[in-house]
Amino acid sequence: MKYMLLIWNRPGFVEELSEEERNAIFGDVDRIMAELTASGELVGGDALAHPSQTRTVRAGAHAGAVEVTDGPFVESKEQFAGYLMVDCETPERAAEIAASWPDVTHGVGVLEVRPVMDQAGTEM
Amino acid sequence: MTDRAVEDLLRTLAPQVLGVLVRRHGQFYACEDAVQEALLAAATQWPAQGVPEHPRSWLVTVATRRLTDEWRSERARRDREVAVAAREPAYPAVAPAADEEPPAGDDTLKLLFLCCHPALTGSAQVALTLRAVGGLSTAEIARAYLVPEATMSQRIRRAKQRIEAAGARFVLPSPADRDDRLRAVLRVLYLIFNEGYTASSGDELHRAELTGEAIRLARELHRLLPDDGEVAGLLALMLLTDSHRAARTGPGGELIPLAEQDRSRWDRAEIAAGVALVTEALTWSAPGPYQVQAAIAAVHAEAPSAAETDWPQIVALYRVLARIAPNPMVTLNQAAAVAMVDGPRAGLALLASLDADERTAGHHRLAAVRAHLLELAGERTAARAAYLAAARATTSRPEQRYLEVRAARLAADR
Repeated sequence: MKYMLLIWNRPGFVEELSEEERNAIFGDVDRIMAELTASGELVGGDALAHPSQTRTVRAGAHAGAVEVTDGPFVESKEQFAGYLMVDCETPERAAEIAASWPDVTHGVGVLEVRPVMDQAGTEM
Repeated sequence: MTDRAVEDLLRTLAPQVLGVLVRRHGQFYACEDAVQEALLAAATQWPAQGVPEHPRSWLVTVATRRLTDEWRSERARRDREVAVAAREPAYPAVAPAADEEPPAGDDTLKLLFLCCHPALTGSAQVALTLRAVGGLSTAEIARAYLVPEATMSQRIRRAKQRIEAAGARFVLPSPADRDDRLRAVLRVLYLIFNEGYTASSGDELHRAELTGEAIRLARELHRLLPDDGEVAGLLALMLLTDSHRAARTGPGGELIPLAEQDRSRWDRAEIAAGVALVTEALTWSAPGPYQVQAAIAAVHAEAPSAAETDWPQIVALYRVLARIAPNPMVTLNQAAAVAMVDGPRAGLALLASLDADERTAGHHRLAAVRAHLLELAGERTAARAAYLAAARATTSRPEQRYLEVRAARLAADR
């Protein structure tokens, strides 16, 4: 079963960290990615650029019109910062991976664990 | 020979060649890699240059050459690093022994047991079985399971490491372990089948091939173990389930429930083979879960329509299944059958017990069956709510679509 782990954290929190803390976090990320690669669970993942680089696209006032604004869709202290896609045995295992992620262990963000819809199905 | 014929030949030969190598050299890990490389070489050379006169020997020779090349470079590397005098092979696990060649079927069995070793997770057992016994390439397995090739490659590598670490041997399991180990093999074949069967048509062709592969392996297992009723039951269940393939989805890929399928599109040859297999097995074997499930599928298969199904017989079979393999999912299906005999209220009453079971409480299948029975009982509002609850809980797109359509119908034609 595939799960997407959505990483939410406060933009710019890294700027307030000491070099030591920063290295610890990046070290954790490298270690977990290596582990997930070795176990054959990692499907993909990426970090996103700072939210200030975001453009939000929505329907405009007139029919067929589109409005593009600078800045993220959700106005909140925490922003969507990146994701991991894993393919693992159980939802508990997906949550365990999320629990080991540095944003959680260092208390600087949260992870959402969301099952990815399967294209297969059984008739009922 | 066509590409397809070459591919079939390679898949049949794969476990035989791997068996020969592992018996001669031990070292399942290295041998499996070497055989995979030989298979890839054959897949590119044979269609163009023709199949060699002795294809199995060709593969054994090429794989052995890869293996010795690998040892040589491994040896050279070690000699450079430290002057080790060790004459032992790099991976002592998985002992060989026999100098005489047992029949190839024995090797296939041993490989199946090895690939479905209890030290492995289910997905690792599946991946390794498809590669080492099924002869599929990593790329093919990755495409079928919709993950990157690198992910699948790592999964297989890790599985092989685990097997070595667990000290697993290339032998048949002891009589004490045999039943448990065989159940694991059957489960893996069933998982492979299901992965292919549930795939929707069209863009999912690579996944659908898994169904054929699972049936091929089950057939081979049945040939090797003709006296095992559950092996026959599993093969029958696969054939009977697969017989619905053409009728189970509509033109847009939407799921069509059993009751509404066009039965003229069911595959009669597969049905006949499945019915014969399970009927014969049940005359001499104690009924196991796969046989009973196949028997249920056979009753459905022989009914001209949903209404003319022998529902009392199906209820009786579910009762047997619930006794030999108690499981809330069995109760769920039993409730649906009971509703057809004693009415929807009786079915709904059976479902009530499942709300307290953490394995089914909140499960989309429970909500879906409840929705169906409520609809039969004429409780449209409650049925619609249950369909929507099921649609929210499922992680399958086609199932969600089906459930949403059922809910919408109840909202529309009141």
